[in-house]
Amino acid sequence: MSQLWKTAVVGGILIAFGPPVAAKDIAVPAGERAQERLQEALILAEPGDQVVIGAGQFNLTDGLSLDVPGVTVRGSGPDRTILDFSNQQGAGEGLLVTSDNVVLRDFAVQNSKGDGIKSKGADRIVYYNLRVEWLGTPKETNGAYGIYPVESENVLIDTSVVIGASDAGIYVGQSRNIIVRNNIAMFNVAGIEIENSYDADVHSNIAMRNTGGVLVFDLPNLPQQGGRNVRVFSNRIEANDTPNFAPKGNIVASVPMGTGIMVMANTDVEIFGNVLGENATSNIILTGYRFPFDDATYNPVPNKVRISGNTHGPAGYNPGYRGLDQAAAAMGGMIPPILWDGSGEDIVSSDPVGVFTLGLASPDTPIEQAKPDVIDLQGDTSPILPAIVLPDTMEAAIR
Amino acid sequence: MTRLLVLAAATLVFMGAAIATPSLRVNDAVIMGDSKPQQLSEFGFFADSVAQNPVATVQPYTLNAPLFSDYALKRRFAYIPAGQQATIGENGRLIFPVGSALIKHFGYENGDGRAFKLIETRVLLHRADGWVALPYIWDDDGADATLKLAGKRVPVTFTDSAGQVRAISYAVPNMNQCKGCHALNDAIMPIGPKLRNMDDGQQIGAWTARGWLPRDLAAFKTMPDYDDTKFPVDLRARAYLDINCAHCHNRAGPASNSGLFLGYEEQDPVALGIGKRPVAAGRGSGGHDFAIAPGNPDASILFHRMRSTDPGVAMPELSRSLPHTEGLALIRAWIARMDAAGHTDTESTP
Repeated sequence: MSQLWKTAVVGGILIAFGPPVAAKDIAVPAGERAQERLQEALILAEPGDQVVIGAGQFNLTDGLSLDVPGVTVRGSGPDRTILDFSNQQGAGEGLLVTSDNVVLRDFAVQNSKGDGIKSKGADRIVYYNLRVEWLGTPKETNGAYGIYPVESENVLIDTSVVIGASDAGIYVGQSRNIIVRNNIAMFNVAGIEIENSYDADVHSNIAMRNTGGVLVFDLPNLPQQGGRNVRVFSNRIEANDTPNFAPKGNIVASVPMGTGIMVMANTDVEIFGNVLGENATSNIILTGYRFPFDDATYNPVPNKVRISGNTHGPAGYNPGYRGLDQAAAAMGGMIPPILWDGSGEDIVSSDPVGVFTLGLASPDTPIEQAKPDVIDLQGDTSPILPAIVLPDTMEAAIR
Repeated sequence: MTRLLVLAAATLVFMGAAIATPSLRVNDAVIMGDSKPQQLSEFGFFADSVAQNPVATVQPYTLNAPLFSDYALKRRFAYIPAGQQATIGENGRLIFPVGSALIKHFGYENGDGRAFKLIETRVLLHRADGWVALPYIWDDDGADATLKLAGKRVPVTFTDSAGQVRAISYAVPNMNQCKGCHALNDAIMPIGPKLRNMDDGQQIGAWTARGWLPRDLAAFKTMPDYDDTKFPVDLRARAYLDINCAHCHNRAGPASNSGLFLGYEEQDPVALGIGKRPVAAGRGSGGHDFAIAPGNPDASILFHRMRSTDPGVAMPELSRSLPHTEGLALIRAWIARMDAAGHTDTESTP
């Protein structure tokens, strides 16, 4: 890029992101009429403004939404500014963002009736230092997703805590260029899920006590599919021992308790340097999409999965798939900590553990026809995908 | 003289209402400006302060198949600036010129079944940089409606068609929620005005006579009133889903990520929900595997979510806190008659 172009582009970014002269803070303290005051602030905010939500609990009766680009919504901290939706009467989520260049930081959303925070078609969105939680023991009536960006380009989810989602705590769907890092996901059905997305880094997270820790899925019949280029590294994914409480019908309802990482029907996935263990079914599951579907453009199997340098604690000692408990018993109490249904190509692992395959080359082969075996998946496991880089304005927003 | 008569009529209907000075022509500058007028009367859409009678340049209109909004009664009005005309877009959508406005009253009959009590009036303005949606709530004295950007919940009691008294927390949408339904490719867009949903035998003619529509309209397929049992159940069901669901559930709408597309023109059975597994339904699935399970409405997520009033499950997400008994009966009949391939017996009516 020529210097002239660089200057023009940087100048354009400054105009787009830099605070305009009139940028202002809109303070919304806790108190009466929280719904109206907060929603009005989110409507009247102008690009560059910051909506500053005070400390305290805000009792909200309906979903909130933001449709103005370039707005920062900031609280006093995830344990101090609490948006409580226990008495929510309408809307599908607690907070909905539909504009670009938004930063959400330093507040909590709890007990929303549907999803926690959703952003749709919202490019360059930053979720930072948030807490999304459904209080009490995990239950099917909790909302589906905690932090839920979808159909977005450039997504950052950092230093946030998500607890109790009946689907995925952090769910990134049909998006591109994504970083999910430094988060804690506990007591969700899925801790973190990357679905039908391209170019994602999931690293330095803690996913514990969920049904499954980290899922990388691709599903048919969706506007964006062919999920690819996902790196899952340097995470701690242990003790995912919460019984599956997802409502039946959802794809995560098929995730067995005690799943560490599960890859379903993606291409180019790298899993390295994670600390895995105490996942009763398996530390790493690689599988095809094992449901009937009607979609000629959909590839239902995993391809080009590279596994290396992970630490494996005990796993596979109580596998939640039909018949595998017998296999575990026959193998002295546990199956090897990597489990593959046998579908897909170029799947390689250099982890110093065995791989248990079901030998089902096609995902529509009934599990009764499995030919279980313990194998090596030899090949070059070196990670080759480039690190995800987000626009610097997004990183700057949390520095 | 006309003015006096109108004033007198308004006074008779709304005794005790404070009467503001009525305007007899639409204020184009307010439509086209960049302000958010505080009062509905500033637009000059109506000849009376209580917004019952439009000025001559504003046209009342109806839709064959309307959105269900908790049994609210609606009155719709359109305005196109003098000398201008709408063009016809994809699927017969009216493309209004800049300066146009759509106005929609929401209200309920009073307990005595006579007067129409207005709750709110929603205005869509086609400004130079796109459509703007503004919600107005009627003042307690019924003399004017005031802008309420953040929306409001209003306690409403009414008697339904079965004679049952219903008490609801009626939700006036906030400005963002307007876009929550009216979004197409992230821009605000009217939903109702399409040729197929306006064709009642005379309305298209009335609009054409005003010069608002081109005279040489291409042939189109009329969408039926879903309550009218002389039409086959599949067309009625598809009309119902089109107007109640497809504003979000289309490829460029707020539910584009769902893969569930319910427009009248949809041909792909999986996109229509037949044998389609949920994506992000969460507890909205109700424990069911498919959006539509042919022959089995009670195992269909679509039916389950239409029936629910639980936020987080209920569909549509906005505008409904009651189940729509008649709509549910129609969708139940449609799914129940559907064969495994998704075809419905069109010969008989329920």
